[in-house]
Amino acid sequence: MVKTSTSNLYELTHPDSNPVTGVSWTEHQMTKKITLNLITCRTIQQGVGMEAGKTSQKYFDAASIIHMHEDDMKKLGIMANSNVRVTSKDGTIVVKAVRTREDLVPGLAHLPMGPWANAIVSAYTYSTGEPCFKGFPVDIEPAETEKVMEAVELVQTLCYGPDRKPPARQ
Amino acid sequence: MTKVVTDVVCPFCGTLCDDLAITVSDDGKQIIDCQNACAIGAEKFLHTSAGHGRITRPRKRQPDGSYKEITYDEAIEYTAQMLAKAKKTLWYGWASTSCEAMAVGHKVAEKAGTMVDNCATVCHGSSLLAIQDVGVPSCTLGEVKNRADRVVFWGCNPAHAHPRHMSRYSIFPRGFFTTKGHKGRKIIVVDCRYTDTAKCADEFIQIDQSYDYEVLDAFRTVARGHDIPDVVGGVPKEKIIKAVETLKEGRFGVIFFGMGLTHTLGRNHNIDIAINLTRDLNDFTKFSIVAMRGHWNVTGSGQVLSWQYGFPYCVDLTRRTHARYQPGDTSSVDLLRRKEVDACICIASDIGAHFPIEATRHMAQIPSVCIDPHINLTTEISDVHIPVALVGVEVAGCAYRMDNVPMACRKVVDPPEGMLTDEELLEKVYVRLCEIMGDS
Repeated sequence: MVKTSTSNLYELTHPDSNPVTGVSWTEHQMTKKITLNLITCRTIQQGVGMEAGKTSQKYFDAASIIHMHEDDMKKLGIMANSNVRVTSKDGTIVVKAVRTREDLVPGLAHLPMGPWANAIVSAYTYSTGEPCFKGFPVDIEPAETEKVMEAVELVQTLCYGPDRKPPARQ
Repeated sequence: MTKVVTDVVCPFCGTLCDDLAITVSDDGKQIIDCQNACAIGAEKFLHTSAGHGRITRPRKRQPDGSYKEITYDEAIEYTAQMLAKAKKTLWYGWASTSCEAMAVGHKVAEKAGTMVDNCATVCHGSSLLAIQDVGVPSCTLGEVKNRADRVVFWGCNPAHAHPRHMSRYSIFPRGFFTTKGHKGRKIIVVDCRYTDTAKCADEFIQIDQSYDYEVLDAFRTVARGHDIPDVVGGVPKEKIIKAVETLKEGRFGVIFFGMGLTHTLGRNHNIDIAINLTRDLNDFTKFSIVAMRGHWNVTGSGQVLSWQYGFPYCVDLTRRTHARYQPGDTSSVDLLRRKEVDACICIASDIGAHFPIEATRHMAQIPSVCIDPHINLTTEISDVHIPVALVGVEVAGCAYRMDNVPMACRKVVDPPEGMLTDEELLEKVYVRLCEIMGDS
């Protein structure tokens, strides 16, 4: 089976379907998933973005990303700067996967602190008051066609549902 | 003519750099330039006037989700009524305001019987627990600059979180006994990733994520002259032995630790053993340990709460007669997760951005007030947003540096006309609350 037309870059590099399973690269990619250990921390870009304003483009660009090791990107079959869906037991979020400038080991991923990270951080504190911001497993899947939500839209959607309507007050 | 305000204290991180020079317009209303600050500090000052998301009057959320401008009096009325009606209010934040405002706020909290918690709860709360357990042999950053020839950064990344820490105190400056500056210091960075701070280190020790306790334990074991396994937490034995030898040979050492210890598995136990390592190293040389506090005045909040109630965070004032303290029970995230509070005030902080969503979600359901100079993610899920003057830029006030040294922050420009300060606002809320509640 040879594909004749495609807009997907990965399909160009992998035009044939798997000869054994008959699954095309696109289908294969859609179902592909890797599990990584995630930490959330401050980055200086996130700090600058925060001071520029939580609704600013700078903040969005700095905090709605996941830093991944190149090997993990290859394993997932994605290129840098494409969107991925990150899912933990507490939530799921779409962010942009970027190549890290502060080296990570394969298997470890890093999401800057902010509403995107906190959408998947567990609120359980082991009776210390401190949630587990660092070191929890997440599943990562390619999500090129999905959109990364803006900060306010994200928080309101997660709190109030898709219509973002606040609860009625007496 | 513009004028330059010198020796300005930067209200961003716990380093509280006090050498900023801010150029202001001749009417004293606009900041034109900012010198000596890091990228984040400069952004904070330069965005004050032209600020993204700065509003000048309180706003109240309407049933359709939009916000309508209200007067300060209406906002104060709403806050006081909410405090009087609620059975248990969570009052969280405080880390970005002055100690003077905190004292007034606590007066209101005591009157209303609320929970009072600060940003340490999602930051260095674990460190405070450990310090209460085992004490803390600490020092000031001035001592680090003038004396330290062995500096360890464990699970912290000042290159990103405290950008001028390394140049002002810990790696590069020349001090009284450290005349060679960087060359005279041995820097060891322990982290699970090769951070930008690690790039300045003489020795980088890469550990497996969340193996801090094990590696610290190995350091202690080696320091006490015992044998350890060939590999601990991904670190070869030889590397640990060499690092401990380096630390022992120093004349004055300091361990800086950050979220890498407080946020990972083990929490307070990680800090506990780091403090104990410091104690062990004091058998050989002089060693200190300092927490890399994040928000510029989160230490101040701990100080004020401690001298008023005896506890640095997670203070329960609902009994009114005495304060209770039980992290895990009286901590903000747990209170929200368990849906134990029926009203919330977020002051000088951002629950929406920095709490796990499960906690934020409850905050968004209950009556809430957000007191913050800017629009942030908490204001967008609160019933009322009360803007205030920016402390450290538009209002002077006291703040504590990460090493518990109090600093007087300066006023650089005037706040927008008619804008209340945190202190004025809270005083008005107190007066109104007393009227509503009487002397009870």
